[in-house]
Amino acid sequence: MKMTGAQIICESLVREGVDIVFGILGGAVLPFYDTLPQFPQLHHILVRHEQGAAHAADGYARATGKVGVCFATSGPGATNLVTGIANAYLDSAPMVAITGQVARPFIGKDAFQEVDITGITLPITKHNYLVLEASSLAKTVKEAFYLARTGRPGPILIDVPRDVFIEEAEFHYPSKIDLPSYKPTLEGHPAQIKKAVKLIDEAQRPVIIAGRGVSISGAYTELKQLVETAQIPMVTTLLGIGSFPESHILNFGMLGMHGMAYANMAVDAADVIIAIGMRFDDRATGRVSGFAPNARIIHIDIDPAEIGKNVRVDVPIVGDVKAVLKELNKLVAPTERIKWVQQLEDWRKEHPITEDSHSAGLLPQYIVHQIYQMTKGDATIVTGVGQHQMWAAQHYWYDKPNRFISSGGLGTMGFGLPAAIGAKIGCPDSTVWLIDGDGSFQMTIQELATIAQENVAVKIAIFNNGYLGMVRQWQELFYGKRYVATSLTCPDYVKIAEGYCIPGVRVTRREEVIPAIAQAMAASGPFLIDFLVEPEENVFPMVPPGASLIEFIERPRNMVKALSDSAKLPVSNI
Amino acid sequence: MPTKHTIVALVENKPGVLNRMASLFRRRGFNIESIAVGLSETPDLSRVTIVVDGATTMVEQVRKQLAKVIDVVRVSDISDTDLVARELALIKVKASSVTRSEIMQIVDIFRANIIDVGTDSVTVEVTGDEDKINSLFNLLRGFGIRELARTGRIAMTRGGSNSLREKEAPKTHTRKPKT
Repeated sequence: MKMTGAQIICESLVREGVDIVFGILGGAVLPFYDTLPQFPQLHHILVRHEQGAAHAADGYARATGKVGVCFATSGPGATNLVTGIANAYLDSAPMVAITGQVARPFIGKDAFQEVDITGITLPITKHNYLVLEASSLAKTVKEAFYLARTGRPGPILIDVPRDVFIEEAEFHYPSKIDLPSYKPTLEGHPAQIKKAVKLIDEAQRPVIIAGRGVSISGAYTELKQLVETAQIPMVTTLLGIGSFPESHILNFGMLGMHGMAYANMAVDAADVIIAIGMRFDDRATGRVSGFAPNARIIHIDIDPAEIGKNVRVDVPIVGDVKAVLKELNKLVAPTERIKWVQQLEDWRKEHPITEDSHSAGLLPQYIVHQIYQMTKGDATIVTGVGQHQMWAAQHYWYDKPNRFISSGGLGTMGFGLPAAIGAKIGCPDSTVWLIDGDGSFQMTIQELATIAQENVAVKIAIFNNGYLGMVRQWQELFYGKRYVATSLTCPDYVKIAEGYCIPGVRVTRREEVIPAIAQAMAASGPFLIDFLVEPEENVFPMVPPGASLIEFIERPRNMVKALSDSAKLPVSNI
Repeated sequence: MPTKHTIVALVENKPGVLNRMASLFRRRGFNIESIAVGLSETPDLSRVTIVVDGATTMVEQVRKQLAKVIDVVRVSDISDTDLVARELALIKVKASSVTRSEIMQIVDIFRANIIDVGTDSVTVEVTGDEDKINSLFNLLRGFGIRELARTGRIAMTRGGSNSLREKEAPKTHTRKPKT
């Protein structure tokens, strides 16, 4: 059957099971948008800035496990997607971005709204395409979805010239993928698995570090079996949160710069580390030379390029986490590790994470805890980037997968609001809370209009401290309290929300917290709460930049000494 | 410690592949010493030989990243294997009626060829490893070099196996006597 390029794309999207797309139109994609009404299966969500489209597609992908789809026009539309694409790339989120391009005769002539978006996104996409004839569109879309969701997932960009949308071609949706160069290794090497089993069986103080790869692979039951059979205490990376129930006795929480003290102590004392679907990010490892100094390391990852990239590895296993854990579980001996688990339990008691009593003011930690209590731990929490993100990671306990959605690798302020829209649209039956900072929120605040237009029932909690709080914390601790350019004059967020017909309240005292959350939960649509929190509250524990995990600082009792020590530390990735 | 690495790759013959590969080196601040691209034994696949100076761990990381590029079918660092490597150079040398015969003698010794003669120049074609080409170039420099073009290294492992077909390139082979 003959179809136009635009129809071919729509039909291909439908074949891939797409029902939601996020985007903004413009000149180069007009022929495509003109075709959209012919495909009522595709619900288009109009965002207010293309960055919002990319983050929404990303949030949708993380909440549902499906591929997120976003659209933008050529030139500025495409460049506005860039941050969102990079964000998805760093966090291995499956995404297909389709951009309009100027018509073929204009390519390379600096035409109006022309940019080389395949060139620009080359280092931040898993793969990208410039499609020069309508007849190859179906094959390209098929490949793009396959690449986006298999192996190590990631964003794929398809750039389509305006006249290719209009050009007619015969529509054949390929049933098979022909990519001779792309064959991700799924099964772990049996000999490597045996070596790992030997290490695990002989270990006295093993620790599992679970990353986002566990949830991408859907290996929850396999991980649980390993943890429980061999009694291996486990910690998670920021994006590994939810890969294992946080209330489980053997889960010792998040490690890293703002990880739990006991999680960092566990890694430091371990004799064997089993790193699963994680990539030893510098925020997770602290100073690499001081990372797990006594441990031999087993690293399971689907991406061979992650093996040995940041940390020396003793037993690498390249493969899909679920497949590898299945094989490991067949061989690992049931073991009791009463002493080691007891040791970690003691550390957990000595260094509790709960902290809401060091000030009588409105503490963000207290608010997160109340949201946790009132949602019975069953909400999807989406965050921006900054202090609020760390508090949301530390003080909400995630027992189910994909319930904590946050920008990890790129650390993109402004991720929260559009990602929350994507998460709620992807999972309309779940309760979605956006926990955001006032700095982060203002970076994509325009998406309140999207919420209003589509009546997306996201509950928004702004932790308003009038600062770029995380940066201010660094200035306080490491730059002699010189608060350069971190103080924010904030608008009245309740009034802003009102402008979009979104109800909201402002909270200034503790006793107002619970009623406000209750009011938000009772509202059928979106709701905004502007929490005026303690302006100079800090996130603890903290591993200073350049320090190793064990050199964490806790709330003031040991801060002064730790800070003077950290001044002598080597250069690090701040 | 930076050492010289020879990386060979089979890649899809499509636009932008070279850009994808080169950007992985650029991002890490590697200067590509030479890059040679041409057809391979398989239709639609090109063969790339890249010579780069870098620390072994960094080069290994780039090799793994290269392997991830969708259009790269196979890639291997064959630096530690027994290999044959050649490049070709064209050298245009100033030559008068007085110096021409001397230049021709040098060219003969190096088993190079003169492929063009002008009124005041000759163009020499030479094939060999980098050392041979460097030596010839140094000898001809005295006459005055007008122009130099080098292809960069192309390389293969010795013996019967394909440098890029085997999982691990074979480490040892009987070395053929040097001709």
